Amino acid sequence: MDIHEYQSKEILADYGVSISKGGLAYSPEQAVYRATEIGGECWIVKAQIHSCGRGKAGGIKICKTEMEVSTAAEELLGKELVTHQTGSQGKICHRLYVEAACDIEREIYLAFVLDRDNETITIIASIEGGVEFEELAVSKPESIIKIAVEPAVGMQTFQAREIAFALAVDKTQVNQAVTTILGCYRAMRDLDATMVEINPLVVTKEGNIIAVDAKMSFDDNALFRHHKIAELRDKSQENTCEMYAGDLGMSYVGLDGNIGCIVNGAGLAMATMDMIMYAGGESANFLDIGSGASPERTTKAFNLVLSDEKVECILVNIFAGINRCDWIAEGIVKAIQKTAIKVPLVVRLSGTNVEEGRRVLIDSGLPIIMANTLKEAADKSVAVWKQSTCK
Amino acid sequence: MAIHLNEKTKVLVQGFTGQVGSFHAGNMIKYGTNVVGGVTPGKGSTKHLDKPVFNTMKEAVEVTDADASIVFVPPPFAADSIMEAADAGVRYCVAITDGIPLQDMIRVKRYMRRYKADSKMLLTGPDCAGSISPGKCMMGIMPGHIYLSGNVGIIGRSGTLVYEVVSQMKDMRIGVSSSIGIGGDPINGSSFQDHLSAFEEDSETDVVVIIGEIGGSQEVDAVMWARDNMSKPVIGYVAGLTAPKGRRMGHAGAVISTVGDSAVEKLEIFQECGVTVVPNPSLFASTIKEVLAKLS
Repeated sequence: MDIHEYQSKEILADYGVSISKGGLAYSPEQAVYRATEIGGECWIVKAQIHSCGRGKAGGIKICKTEMEVSTAAEELLGKELVTHQTGSQGKICHRLYVEAACDIEREIYLAFVLDRDNETITIIASIEGGVEFEELAVSKPESIIKIAVEPAVGMQTFQAREIAFALAVDKTQVNQAVTTILGCYRAMRDLDATMVEINPLVVTKEGNIIAVDAKMSFDDNALFRHHKIAELRDKSQENTCEMYAGDLGMSYVGLDGNIGCIVNGAGLAMATMDMIMYAGGESANFLDIGSGASPERTTKAFNLVLSDEKVECILVNIFAGINRCDWIAEGIVKAIQKTAIKVPLVVRLSGTNVEEGRRVLIDSGLPIIMANTLKEAADKSVAVWKQSTCK
Repeated sequence: MAIHLNEKTKVLVQGFTGQVGSFHAGNMIKYGTNVVGGVTPGKGSTKHLDKPVFNTMKEAVEVTDADASIVFVPPPFAADSIMEAADAGVRYCVAITDGIPLQDMIRVKRYMRRYKADSKMLLTGPDCAGSISPGKCMMGIMPGHIYLSGNVGIIGRSGTLVYEVVSQMKDMRIGVSSSIGIGGDPINGSSFQDHLSAFEEDSETDVVVIIGEIGGSQEVDAVMWARDNMSKPVIGYVAGLTAPKGRRMGHAGAVISTVGDSAVEKLEIFQECGVTVVPNPSLFASTIKEVLAKLS
């Protein structure tokens, strides 16, 4: 689960990380009020969306007057921001964070990630902050420092000190840098975060170390023990279909193609998409409906796939292991009867009681295109899709 | 012989009396697995499915002399149960539970480093369908009847994709020595490589199939190891050729986040390492058949 910048900053501030004065605004009036409250002569108005690259997308405005704050807020609220992470649809900005500007001496990159290969929390830092990590990894790979945390004892002060010195922090600022680094680590450990990224961490002209941007993601599987974090979820930033699928215990990922997929199991779903590609088509979605393809679940899966207007054909590929094919076929028939499906439908069942399952589908009299193998299913889907859309 | 599991393996079920544990333990017993009991804290000294229930793993192992356990415990408590199994001296553990917090798994892995190699429990999963040596022992949630007994070793991340593969194999009368599910999580108990080495030493296995996914470096590490250390042919596939970067495809670990994570990149290295790559997911069995034919 991702959270907003202002939420990450609030959390990290509690762990000793310094941030600029700032406040949340839902309207231009509130934004101006925040600016006067903060004081000073320069403010940054920042769109709160769940994505990197907000600056390039025009989501961050530097304002010198209250009038400018108001204009920036008006422009950003309700605006759809498209970044390299959001996809073409973009994400709508409903909240603004107004923050005091600071005099930047230099920018540092600091991130904490769950490193699956080393099975640890790993700290990644670079003296070259302000650019995105992907760019950094290509342009200045030698500047990247990596330090792994021993899980049994947690991060040690010497490790934070090593990072601080490697980042060429002045000796008068080392303690502040160590507090920042250890604070981020503790937040990550205590709250089951999967990522903390501060980019940039700024050394100001006054000699302070301040988190100018902050991003945190959390382990969905650990939210049960962090109710306060779970409450920070902003559903307006999530894809409607993916959210609906998640609530049903299914996994959905929208894609660019036209062939909708309904599959049980993540690996089989990916293999089905691969097979569609080999057959010359493109999938409209990844959908793992999980175990227990009951009539209710199958109906919901059809509705989910059909909510994507691009879908011009549906491929159902279910492996019945513990469940039987005939039971799953009954579910499919009921789902079709309940849902107005206007696109061609290809069904491939395999596993236990395949013959009985096929008979249920045939006896239903519904216009279902049957397939025996994975290849046949993909070939037929692509063929009927091309036929029905004259492609 | 098969690997890890055989007809003598004595299995304990952790989370035995729960709905999921009961259902699958029942299926395992029907299959012929030697289930010797189970653990549900607070239900010790009772019987379930005609088998004894214990309060702790330590007690269960002492009484039954079990050498393997399967975990159906819900995610918040599963890591604890896995560590309990390791501490009780179980040799092989299958963690079925899907949704264990990542930091819990980091702790489990770190905890297990306290054991010497010869007394260390081998953990498979979490988030897996289990392990099976057909006709001998089934520890998992898979439909046992689709596996024929034979000479092909299988290691896979996804349950249903492995079912697809073994049912294609069944249609061609090709059997399995053992099939090991390592699970779809980013941090798992054991890797492809851990089981490749076991298959290499197994006299009943002639070829090994590895069925991978996008995300992480385990598939690549395994085939590089196989190139340098294995005499038996390895066949492989990596699902998710069309998966977009940065999106999680169902499994917690199936996400392309860095260089080398994608299916295309992994398959290139498979080929470089001499792995026979399955041309598409419909051709698993025929590819295996061709490789087997070359052996004889």
